[in-house]
Amino acid sequence: MALWGMVIDLDRCTGCQACVMACKAENNVPAVGAKEALRGRIISWMQVLTEGDEEHPGEKMRFLPRPCLQCDDPPCTKVCPVYATYRNPEGIVAQIYARCIGCRFCMAACPYNAKYFNWRLYQKDAPGQNPDVSVRPKGVVEKCTFCHHRLQKARERALAEKREMSPGEYVPACGEACPARAIIFGDLSDPGSEVSRLAKSPRAFRLQEELGTKPKVIYLTEGEGRG
Amino acid sequence: MAERAPDGDAILLAPIERTGPGFYWSVGALSLLILWGAMAYWTQFREGLGVTGLHQPVSWGFYVTNFVFFIGISHAGTLISAILRLSKAEWRRPVTRMAEVITVMVLFIGAGQILVDLGRPDRALNVLRYGRYQSPLLWDATSISAYLTASIVYLYIPMIPDIAILRDRLQKRKLLYTVLALGWTGSPRQQKVLNRAIAIMAVLVIPIAISVHSVVSFVFSMTLQPMWRSTIFGPYFVVGAIFSGIAALIVAMLVFRKAYGLERYLKPIHFRYLGQLLLVMSLLWFYFTFAEYLTAYYGNEPEEMHVFWAKFSGPFWPFFWGMALTNFVVPVLCLVRLRSHTLGKVLTASLSVSVGMWLERFIIVVPTLSNPRLPFGEGMYWPTWVEWGELAGSFALFALFYLLFTKLFPVISIWEIREGRELGLKEVEERLLSYLPDTSEPAVVETERR
Repeated sequence: MALWGMVIDLDRCTGCQACVMACKAENNVPAVGAKEALRGRIISWMQVLTEGDEEHPGEKMRFLPRPCLQCDDPPCTKVCPVYATYRNPEGIVAQIYARCIGCRFCMAACPYNAKYFNWRLYQKDAPGQNPDVSVRPKGVVEKCTFCHHRLQKARERALAEKREMSPGEYVPACGEACPARAIIFGDLSDPGSEVSRLAKSPRAFRLQEELGTKPKVIYLTEGEGRG
Repeated sequence: MAERAPDGDAILLAPIERTGPGFYWSVGALSLLILWGAMAYWTQFREGLGVTGLHQPVSWGFYVTNFVFFIGISHAGTLISAILRLSKAEWRRPVTRMAEVITVMVLFIGAGQILVDLGRPDRALNVLRYGRYQSPLLWDATSISAYLTASIVYLYIPMIPDIAILRDRLQKRKLLYTVLALGWTGSPRQQKVLNRAIAIMAVLVIPIAISVHSVVSFVFSMTLQPMWRSTIFGPYFVVGAIFSGIAALIVAMLVFRKAYGLERYLKPIHFRYLGQLLLVMSLLWFYFTFAEYLTAYYGNEPEEMHVFWAKFSGPFWPFFWGMALTNFVVPVLCLVRLRSHTLGKVLTASLSVSVGMWLERFIIVVPTLSNPRLPFGEGMYWPTWVEWGELAGSFALFALFYLLFTKLFPVISIWEIREGRELGLKEVEERLLSYLPDTSEPAVVETERR
């Protein structure tokens, strides 16, 4: 079985936020409005974190796109009292919106703050939404799913055409949209895939690796462009 | 044996027999606060948790703080009362009932906080349908329901002889008291069974009580978050719970002493003993706090230090130092000498600890969440009127439950006081003799004691 993973090359990231916007459009992530945004309630499954560069303070910003890291040992799933969030066999951490009771324990437990809450009813079903992704009601937690619906779609298409699905058919929206090709997606269990190769790069690191969460989003540290 | 209460104890039945204007005023005032709380909750139920001050990353705030605080208060009761009973502390007699009532009432309020905190209260039963036992919240649900059941039984059993007194003396609510008295006649056999049942429950309730606040602490310490993941959180929370519980008990005792004129029953000596207990718990609490923060500071892990400094000198300093003042400085200053002005000092210390332990819960829950590991920037938390309303409503509901209880049942155990007069004196004498070295001439002891 495939083990889906992502490599984000920080040398290539320009901080353009195309991944963020692509994700929002793809996954019907609601715009919460200015008032709610000021209160710190923006929902952004993919978020570009910015940090001043300590070597060039005030001159240079460093960017870190952060989707859900799809940990192999996720701290968020084991605290969920109702199995509303769980790691599926292909390694994707899923969320069942129709079951979540909104206790927000998973949000408190996630060391990467990758989970978001619907503090209000932010949107209803409307034209222009992606029909493949359900719109979340108020009071539940939502999160990045590696555009899991795209995997299902690709698989169904292959099934209809009576052939095997090729790994290249499934790419999340953020990876597809990145103009600098900083986001590479693929099957980590296949040693020949590009992600597997990049994941073995000496530049590869994982966020908060010491916590033992085993993220499947692997970063390539800035090095080449940073003299 | 307990067919009729001696007339000397008539004052204990007075609040049940007659109702003065003070009662209606109190109920009115409490109802206003409860109405505020109800309005707050209705608003939140309609519009969602967005009406609170919660946000990303501070996704837990007042409600979770209240949950830990109220569940902590519940340790007043049953635990203190069980320990006093088991250790045969004779001064317990007028205290135990009041303590046990606190436990039962406050557990409802505390468990209710979790329902208030849910984004989807309509799906609360999913916890039963899809329960995942790996989640500490399920441990909480198990432990708290066990504690609630045990506490209700432990409150009820020692009340049976008193209910029989009410059944025989009062003209009203005959049916209620007859059913609840379970045909109590006070025969020696019944008395024996009763004492046995109380003893069993007293033993049973102690481990359950300790488990309750341990698993409440596990909600935090089982995560990987800085300043939450701590091995001493279990005992630390239990100590804090007993500490705040004693404070709440003292406040309740002083209120009802004044309101129902119970000065003959609740004497300064009771408050002095409880005050000393509170002092011990204050020192113990300080020791745990010191150990907890020193380890974090000495380890000097960057993420831990973010949270540490946010508490020490950052935006949360008023809460942190307020907690140190109200949980340690004030109670120790008040309680270290209790010879004179006992009641005033004990009351000051208890009120101070009640505030301080709420702050302690707050300072554990919020600063960790407001300082995420990744560079998101700090999230400050400002509660809205909804959270304040819910807090006020919760306190008022607790007080109202307690007040209504005292209108239905005696707040001091009549038969236990009576038993103390009739049997306790002799029993203590015999027990004391059994502690002393045996003498060949019992007559000598007899004269010496006179």
